[in-house]
Parts: sequence; structure tokens; C-alpha cells
Amino acid sequence: MKLKKIIETCGFHCIKINHLGVRFGEQVVLKDVNLHIHCGSLNAIIGKNGAGKSTLVRAILKDVPTEGTIEYRDTKNGKMKDLKIGYVPQSINIEKNTPLSVYDLIASYQYHYPVFLPKNKKIYAEIQKHLEIFEAADLIDKQVCNLSGGQLQRVLLSMAVADKPKLLLLDEPVSGIDKNGMELFYKTITYLKEHYDLAIILISHDLDYVKKYADHVVLLDQTVLTQGTVKEVFESEEFRCVFGNADAEESWIHGSAQDLGKNWGIDFKDKRLEGGNDND
Amino acid sequence: MINWTSWLDYSFMRNALVAILIITPLFALLGTMIVNKKMAYFSDALGHSALTGIAVGVVFGMQDTTISMVIFAVVFALLLNKISSRNTASTDTIISVFSSCSVAIGLAILSAGGNFSKYSAILVGDILSITTQEIGYLVGIFAFTILFWIFGFNYLNAISIHRTVAKSKQIPVKLMDNLFAVLVALIVMLSIKWIGILIINALLILPAASARNISENIREYHLFSLIFSLFSGIVGLVVSYYTNVATGPMIVIIASVIYFATYLYGRRK
Repeated sequence: MKLKKIIETCGFHCIKINHLGVRFGEQVVLKDVNLHIHCGSLNAIIGKNGAGKSTLVRAILKDVPTEGTIEYRDTKNGKMKDLKIGYVPQSINIEKNTPLSVYDLIASYQYHYPVFLPKNKKIYAEIQKHLEIFEAADLIDKQVCNLSGGQLQRVLLSMAVADKPKLLLLDEPVSGIDKNGMELFYKTITYLKEHYDLAIILISHDLDYVKKYADHVVLLDQTVLTQGTVKEVFESEEFRCVFGNADAEESWIHGSAQDLGKNWGIDFKDKRLEGGNDND
Repeated sequence: MINWTSWLDYSFMRNALVAILIITPLFALLGTMIVNKKMAYFSDALGHSALTGIAVGVVFGMQDTTISMVIFAVVFALLLNKISSRNTASTDTIISVFSSCSVAIGLAILSAGGNFSKYSAILVGDILSITTQEIGYLVGIFAFTILFWIFGFNYLNAISIHRTVAKSKQIPVKLMDNLFAVLVALIVMLSIKWIGILIINALLILPAASARNISENIREYHLFSLIFSLFSGIVGLVVSYYTNVATGPMIVIIASVIYFATYLYGRRK
């Protein structure tokens, strides 16, 4: 297993994000973000709602106009390469009763053979093979709108890694996934990290899982407040400023935020709703 | 005793049948994506802009207002696309504003001097007046659309599901959006004389919306949309012949009945 890891993730690739900035008109959303990401590592981006986490994802995908540069380098010979990115969004725009199967979804993104023609057996088999890695092969003919949150996430993951990206960008799901589903989600990305030659950037809303699985943590609020190992970041002064003390954080995560709010005289319920919109 | 094939004795009915066999499948295909992308408002506004297009042609003293109509619609479609991608205010409001404004300008110009009745035919359309040459144009755009659909549908579908994911897969999002808008503009403008401004959107939306009620995947969605569209087109033409009612509205009435039937059936499932 260990040997395989050395072969698969070489550790010689790195992604450098230099002085990344984003502004919408007058409003500065991100400024001077510097990140250095190695393949084979799981990098978690944390921060409060509205800190610019989702904008950072869109900036890396070049979906918004940005300042600064993103380099993808082979450290062995220093050559620049094109960076292929796999992206898993929080959710997709699928309403109830949408006539779209999992096959249709993946084939639309990955293949040129028109999905409105009879199913192509070769493509069908390939998609099934990819889904198998994520224990989702039996979902291939299901309607996408009928999948559970966890199932959809696995389908999207298999689509994101199908064309062997060097960077996997994940927006962690916040709703529709139970505790077992979240555990499975994190186990799966840990597997990916170890068996594929790629780096992972994960926007996370759940500090418990970050603590358990991340290799590198970045605390974001417009810019990088602090970054390092889980221990370094969680014990930092900046972390305390953003998330309050450990007790407060604990109760936030375990859903008693409203009780906490009462003490502080804040209605957290509303705050959370606002945050939800921000992450769309 | 009614002779059920007597309507085919007339060449204008045969032409109308051929035109319907070309137009309805096109509308069925485009409709699937218009419904997916929630562009019903958009295509409606586009249909109404035909009036303005004609008005522009009249102002510039053009012989053939079809050209001014097509040019205006293409510009209008690209403009609407640009504005809705900005995402500053809600899209339906903006489209509504632009649509009402352009219709008002069109009506104002065309009604100057009390001459509007000359143009009122375009409101309801008249498929029985189509000529062989005009069918030729339709065949051309039919072939073009089929090609576009074969090469572009996967992209359009991917974009309608999630724009950013599509972008991450190197799909040319903006280009495809614009190409689709231009294609819809072209087809709406080239068939509006036969179908009519007031009902063209119904014919675009209804077959796809009906198919959506009962389909589980893209293949069923396309197949049912095609069947419903062709069926309402042909039956509408025949029924309108025997009842002496305008063809366009009859087609839409039949398509609506299909919609309600599939809606009830889909809910039962």
C-alpha cells in the first residue's frame, strides 16, 4: 500500500497561488491570498460565513476576474504545466422531476456522444467503472433528483476525478447528509488523496472533521489569517478571534448554537441562514 | 360522411403539412433546453420582439422585413443574455421590462397613421400561406439545428446543470449560451409568420413541459417532446381544416390538453 502511494502521488508537483485577489466593483472580497499546495495533501479552508471561501473556489476556477497568479509546477524540473482541476460543488441545480439520470449527468460533461441518442454501451460501462470506486455503480440509471445528498456527492466526486485532475476542489456539503454520510465522504477523499496523484482543497464548514482529516489548514477572512498544521491553526490567536474559545466552538458544532446565542443575545438561526446563501 | 383525406387535395394544405413536419420537431428539441434553462420568459420576449423588428424594417424602408426581424431578434437575444448573466436584478423583471418596451415601440411605429391592421396577421400567424420556397428555408435551418444539437446538446445540458462545473471541464460556457440564444432567435423569427406571436411560445414550451411530466431521463424527454409536438401539429392542422378555425390556436389547444393529461398522469406516479 505504502509503495503504491509513492508511485501514485509523486510529491513533486505543487500548486502555488500568489497574491490572489478578487474584487466585485468597489468591494474587496479577497486580497493577497498566498497558498502553497503539494500533491497528496488535504488542505482545508476554514473561516466564518462571508469570509470569501466560496469566492476563493471560483477564483481558482477562474470563474471570476482575479488578480495574482496560479502556478502549477513540477518541482523536479521546474517546468510549468497546465493545471487540470476537478470541482465538486455543494449542490447542483436539479429540481424535482427533472428528467436526468446519473448516466445523462456524467455523459453530458465527459463525452461528446449526444445523451439524447440511445445509450452508448462503451460509455455506459466506463461511467459504471468510475462510479464503482465510490460505491455508486448501482446508481447509474437512477434519476439525479431522487438521489440522497450523500449519493449525489459520490456521483459528483466520481465525475470530478474521471479525467485525472491534479487539483481537486471540494465544497463540502452542508445539508442533506447524515453523520455516516459525512464520515464516508471524508474517508473517500482520504482514499483519493492516497491513491491518485492530486492535491485537494476542501472548503469545510465542520471543524470536527477538519481536525480529524486535514493535513494543512488555512484560516481565511478576506486574506489568509494563518495557516499550518491542524494543531498550529487550532491553537492560534487568530483562530480564537474568529471562532471564539473552544467551548463556544464545540457547542456551535453540536447544534446548540441557539442556546449559546441566548447567552450572547444573538439569534444564530438567522445568521446561519445568511451563511447558507453566501455559500451557493 | 366526411372524407378524411380530402384536405390533402389542396396544395396549400400539403405545404402546411410539410411545414408542420419541419417546425414542430425543431420546437420540440429547442423546448427541452428552454425548459431546462428556465428560459420561457426569454423566448416569450423574443417572440414579441418580432413586432419591433418589423417596425425597424418599415422605418428603414426595407422591402423584406424578415431580414430586419431576424437581425433585431439576434441583437435582442444577445443583449438579454448579457444582462441576465450580470445577475444584478432578478432576470424575469429585466426581461419583462425590455420586452414591454420593445413591443410598445414596435406597436407605436406600426400603428402610426392607423395602419396596424396590415400587420395584425403576424399576431396569429397563418400556416396555410406558406410557399414552397419558404419551406426550403425551413429545411435549411432544420438541418443546421440537428447538427448543432448533435454537437452542442451535451455542452448545453452540462451548463444548465452547473455553470461552474461546466467551466472546470473546459466547456465554452458563454459561447454556447450565446449560440443557443441566437439559434432560438433565428428559429422563432423564421417561423413566426406561420405560427403567430401570440402562440409561438406555447408551442415551444408545451411539448417539452408535457414530456418532462412523465420522463425519467434525457432520451425519454426528447422522444416524448417530439411525439407530443408532432401529434399536436398534425392533429391541429386537420382539425382546424374541418372546423374552420385558425391552425395555430388549434395546435396550441391540443398541446395544452396533452400537458394537462401528462400532468395528472405524472402526479399519480
